[in-house]
Amino acid sequence: MRIPMRQMQDNQSGTIRAVRADGELGRRIRDMGLVPGTEIRIQGRAPLYDPVALRVMGFTLTLRNNEADFIEVEVD
Amino acid sequence: MSDTTLALAGNPNSGKTTLFNALTGARQHVGNYPGVTVEKKEGIHVHEDRRFKIVDLPGTYSLTAYSLEEVVARDFLVNERPAAVIDIVDAANLERNLYLTLQFMELGVPVIVALNMIDVAQQRGISIDTAVLSRLLKVPVVATIARRGEGKAELIEVAERIVGEGIRPQGLDISYGEDIDHALAEMEQAIIAANLLTDVYPARWVALKYMENDEQILSLGRQADAALSASLEAIVTRVTDHIKATHDLYPEAVIADHRYGFIKSILQQGVLSVKHDRDRLYMSDRIDSVLTNRFAGPLIMLAVVWGLYQFTFTYSELPVAWLEGFFGWLGGMAEAYLPDGLIKSLIVSGIIDGVGGVLGFVPLIMFMFLGIAFLEDSGYMARVAFMLDRVFRVFGLHGSSVMAFIVSGGIAGGCAVPGVMATRTLKSPRERLATLLTVPFMNCGAKLPVFALLVAAFFASHEALVMFIITLVSWAGALLVAKLLRSTVVRGESTPFVMELPPYRLPTFKGLLIHTWERTWQYVRKAGTIILGISIVLWALMTFPGAPDAVKQQFDTDRQAVTVASPAAAQEIENAAEGATLSAAAQTLQGKLDGIAALEAEADLRYSVAGRIGTALETLSHWAGFDWRTNIALVGGFAAKEVVVSTLGTAYSLGAVDPEEAVSLSTKLATAPGWRPLTAISLIVFTMFYAPCFVSVVCIAREAGGWKWGAFSMVFNTVLAFSLAVVVYQVGTLLGF
Repeated sequence: MRIPMRQMQDNQSGTIRAVRADGELGRRIRDMGLVPGTEIRIQGRAPLYDPVALRVMGFTLTLRNNEADFIEVEVD
Repeated sequence: MSDTTLALAGNPNSGKTTLFNALTGARQHVGNYPGVTVEKKEGIHVHEDRRFKIVDLPGTYSLTAYSLEEVVARDFLVNERPAAVIDIVDAANLERNLYLTLQFMELGVPVIVALNMIDVAQQRGISIDTAVLSRLLKVPVVATIARRGEGKAELIEVAERIVGEGIRPQGLDISYGEDIDHALAEMEQAIIAANLLTDVYPARWVALKYMENDEQILSLGRQADAALSASLEAIVTRVTDHIKATHDLYPEAVIADHRYGFIKSILQQGVLSVKHDRDRLYMSDRIDSVLTNRFAGPLIMLAVVWGLYQFTFTYSELPVAWLEGFFGWLGGMAEAYLPDGLIKSLIVSGIIDGVGGVLGFVPLIMFMFLGIAFLEDSGYMARVAFMLDRVFRVFGLHGSSVMAFIVSGGIAGGCAVPGVMATRTLKSPRERLATLLTVPFMNCGAKLPVFALLVAAFFASHEALVMFIITLVSWAGALLVAKLLRSTVVRGESTPFVMELPPYRLPTFKGLLIHTWERTWQYVRKAGTIILGISIVLWALMTFPGAPDAVKQQFDTDRQAVTVASPAAAQEIENAAEGATLSAAAQTLQGKLDGIAALEAEADLRYSVAGRIGTALETLSHWAGFDWRTNIALVGGFAAKEVVVSTLGTAYSLGAVDPEEAVSLSTKLATAPGWRPLTAISLIVFTMFYAPCFVSVVCIAREAGGWKWGAFSMVFNTVLAFSLAVVVYQVGTLLGF
């Protein structure tokens, strides 16, 4: 099932299928290794439920919810 | 023999600074890259008969034209042509770190990979075959543990070999898929034929940057050859349209995918083997589950800030007392042994008081920086940005704005100058502008002495608490003003928050000391030069032209009168030895004479240039509870905030009854007429918000791209500060404080 990253639950894992962002946000996301085929797991959210922290290739990355909207994930 | 340059590059948090410190030790020089304010650290490493000049490039994840750090790093590589780039790669994070490595190789610079924190990787069950990695990448790979200095000798030997044998890099041609590869080949030929930018960049790299829509290269290309550039851009548009139609992607996305694909294929060829699940939770994640917990996180964050205060104030008390004692003693010595006159006045009131007032706070600032360095190096600061982003966004700022605010003194004791420069990490011009216009409201290290002085004089029993409240007020003020600016003069959309949360690490003692030393030295240097100069200028302003002769004569007449009235007592004072006990009559006379001397000194000051300015402003400033002395000090504070303290010191010691008695300034203020706790609060509020020092104003103007913003920050902040101070003072007075 493919869903936007924002809708993923804490500790849910999946594989990135598409990154719809372009321009600066797209570059920044891809530079950090969020490209199609990469496996990710949601690690948690900040105290105010935003941004989201995710585990990717063994490190932790943060994104705002409205940025996670651009990333489509095939969830396990 | 000239120095051989080596560049140190790598991702943020890969241990680059630690390796730099290990290689160069204390032989470092901190400056700026030409024309920009990105910090440039250089150091020397001597190996046998070769001197290596090691340059620490800014930490980056990529080499796009996306941020100033990335542009600075790649400009350095192509313009300065270092003999080799030591690329520090976090062994536990190989995949993402190699993304940058590939880009160095595409740029055609000789790369040496330092596979750092190999011990951490091993603990995590990651084993890396450095020989295979080196063979597949065609670059030397050296395993290092920068914290313990392991591998640094080997790194230098490899560098020595590259330099000595003149080994050239083999270059790296990654396939980016048929469409892009074809277009790149076509563009490369055209670029070589016309020599477009090939004097500095490899042709294929230029083609690749055109394909990635890199603003810097596009504009350089257009300048160099507009016609060729247009035809290259046409090829890019053709490929972009095709890829967009067939895959619904932009070329830069395809390029990034292939780079990561290339890295994955290398790692799968026997380089990397992982024993356990890579995403399993480690110590760092367990710490995070508490420190960024929904309920515990914010509370712990407040406690950490509070703890930093306690640490700073408690441990700096003793050295502060030593320094105050030392300068008091120095002033006393000068007072006793120098002949009366202008020189003595200059040395005691201008130089010793001025420098002493500033240096006395060095221990405080040192402890503060030590604490901040610990938070930064441990990784906690990134968690603060993570937890606060949602809040900062409300005010039209960015989670990373927190760094600029903290550097400027969000955790009291920073400096708005590096704070304003730290806003360079912010990508959106609007959030950046709002941040750099509001960071000067933070409690910088130069305002601290002012606050510390007033708090010690009027709220001595609650020192830490009051300082904590001052911090909260400055934050609230800065955020509200940011919101105001973002909905008026700097309106607009918000920008990405893609940030790494580095694993928690225990900072190295050496790293902390170097960091603390650098920042403290920066403060001392500023104190030693600007402050001393200002202190002397102010002394002159406060000494000349002095009271007119008619007024002076009046004081002489008064003196004459009291002396003549009791000739016996006058005789006794004349003949009395130093320290002898005087009779009651003589004591009364001495008291009268001292009173006249004090009035005369005060008159001198009032008639001086500074006194006239201060008095003129008094009609306005009395609404906020400031007298002419405070006004002089605040005018001096335009130059640098710590001048407020030294000026008050000078003002009060010149006008004081008995300059020989070494009373500290805070005791003086506590008993001075016209001062009460409300006056102190009003002055604290004014100092917090009024015009930044001129160094900050210059930086703001440069960073914001125009003097209009420098002028804006001076006028707007001063009007705001005065309004707030008047409200505080008037409301406070009405309430009976």
